[in-house]
Amino acid sequence: MSVVVRDVVLPLADFTLEVSLDLHAHTTALYGPSGAGKTSLLEVIAGLRKPATGRIQLNGRDVTRLPPRLRRVGYVPQDDALFPHMTVRQNIFYASRVDRHAVIDVLELGPALDRGVRQLSGGERKRVALARALLSDPEVLLLDEPLSGVDVALRDRVLQYLVRVRDEFPIPAVYVTHQMEEVEAICDELVVLDRGRVTERTALRRSSPGG
Amino acid sequence: MSSAEWQILGLTLRTAALATLLIVPPGLATAWLLARYRWRGKSLVETLVALPLVMPPVATGLLLLQLLGKRGPIGRVLPFDVVFTWRAVVIAMMVMSFPLLVRAARVAFEEVNPRLEQIARTLGARDARVFATITLPLAARGIASGMLLAFARAIGEFGATILVAGNIPGRTTTLSLAIYNLVQLGRDAEAFRLLGVSVAVAFTAVWITEAFLRRRV
Repeated sequence: MSVVVRDVVLPLADFTLEVSLDLHAHTTALYGPSGAGKTSLLEVIAGLRKPATGRIQLNGRDVTRLPPRLRRVGYVPQDDALFPHMTVRQNIFYASRVDRHAVIDVLELGPALDRGVRQLSGGERKRVALARALLSDPEVLLLDEPLSGVDVALRDRVLQYLVRVRDEFPIPAVYVTHQMEEVEAICDELVVLDRGRVTERTALRRSSPGG
Repeated sequence: MSSAEWQILGLTLRTAALATLLIVPPGLATAWLLARYRWRGKSLVETLVALPLVMPPVATGLLLLQLLGKRGPIGRVLPFDVVFTWRAVVIAMMVMSFPLLVRAARVAFEEVNPRLEQIARTLGARDARVFATITLPLAARGIASGMLLAFARAIGEFGATILVAGNIPGRTTTLSLAIYNLVQLGRDAEAFRLLGVSVAVAFTAVWITEAFLRRRV
């Protein structure tokens, strides 16, 4: 399982994103201050932004020229981007390709399936966005600050769900955050991004495997 | 109401409904292209689309008459007569209503968060599915009110219609033209009856649209 970003160059407003990365860890933290280019890098991997140069490989498959539809990435954006005119069920089954029950069970979404997404709390929205991405049978999960927009009091619970997803589903993940507690709780590797460049890379030992 | 009045109402509703339905596919396509993409000639198309809104309707009618007449560049190649038939009524309505639909639909498309469309694509949806399941339902309110505006504009069409379709009783006389005729002839009581009919039509159209919009939310 790997995500390879090779010589990607993407001019942004204030600086140029220039990244080469070869990720083999289960969950890699992409860590850095706001505006470091983390989200842009996720969008390049997902195919939502075209870099000036560079290649992207997912599990040895070169996806550089593939549209987002064929890349098989499970992208959970910072704002969840739930489809507002659909119920929870319609959202998470939008691209359902794998066994639904496991995902619904792990994320405990059973009772919420028929609710409209406008009535959900921040934490519930994150779980729906995560379920929707998982059910598309992705080869890599791209999680953009999955705890943003969640009440401080509920963050631990959402983090527990993320740990359960990591332990139950063998899908590599790139986890964007600027909170070190989240990195320590869930990630096996730390990549620090600053003004579009990788400034540090460290393997982490997870303190409590299995969550 | 007399049978002649029913005939006028029927013709007006049929032609206005047909005109509204016929402009939906090209109107939505134009609105979509204007809302989502940048392309060469875009501002020219924007101007052309807005033209019937700012031109005097009678001038638009004259232009249509030239184009669609038997010796006009379009009328010459058509296998049937257009000018002074119900078809001309429909075409005049379409031309005058088109900009209203395009404007409303364009704003509606622009208000759909492109991020939702992007996420649908990462979930494996093709463009057609993204449009049908995300973009169109989320823009439905704006499109519906654009269709209502277009329909209302079609019902009220006068200036272009009278030139290109004439004012032939029983064939091309719509509500607006009939009211004008009656007032000219001093038959005020009948004119007021058709005025009442116009109010009822407008009221029903708005009411149906509102009910549809309420159901969608």
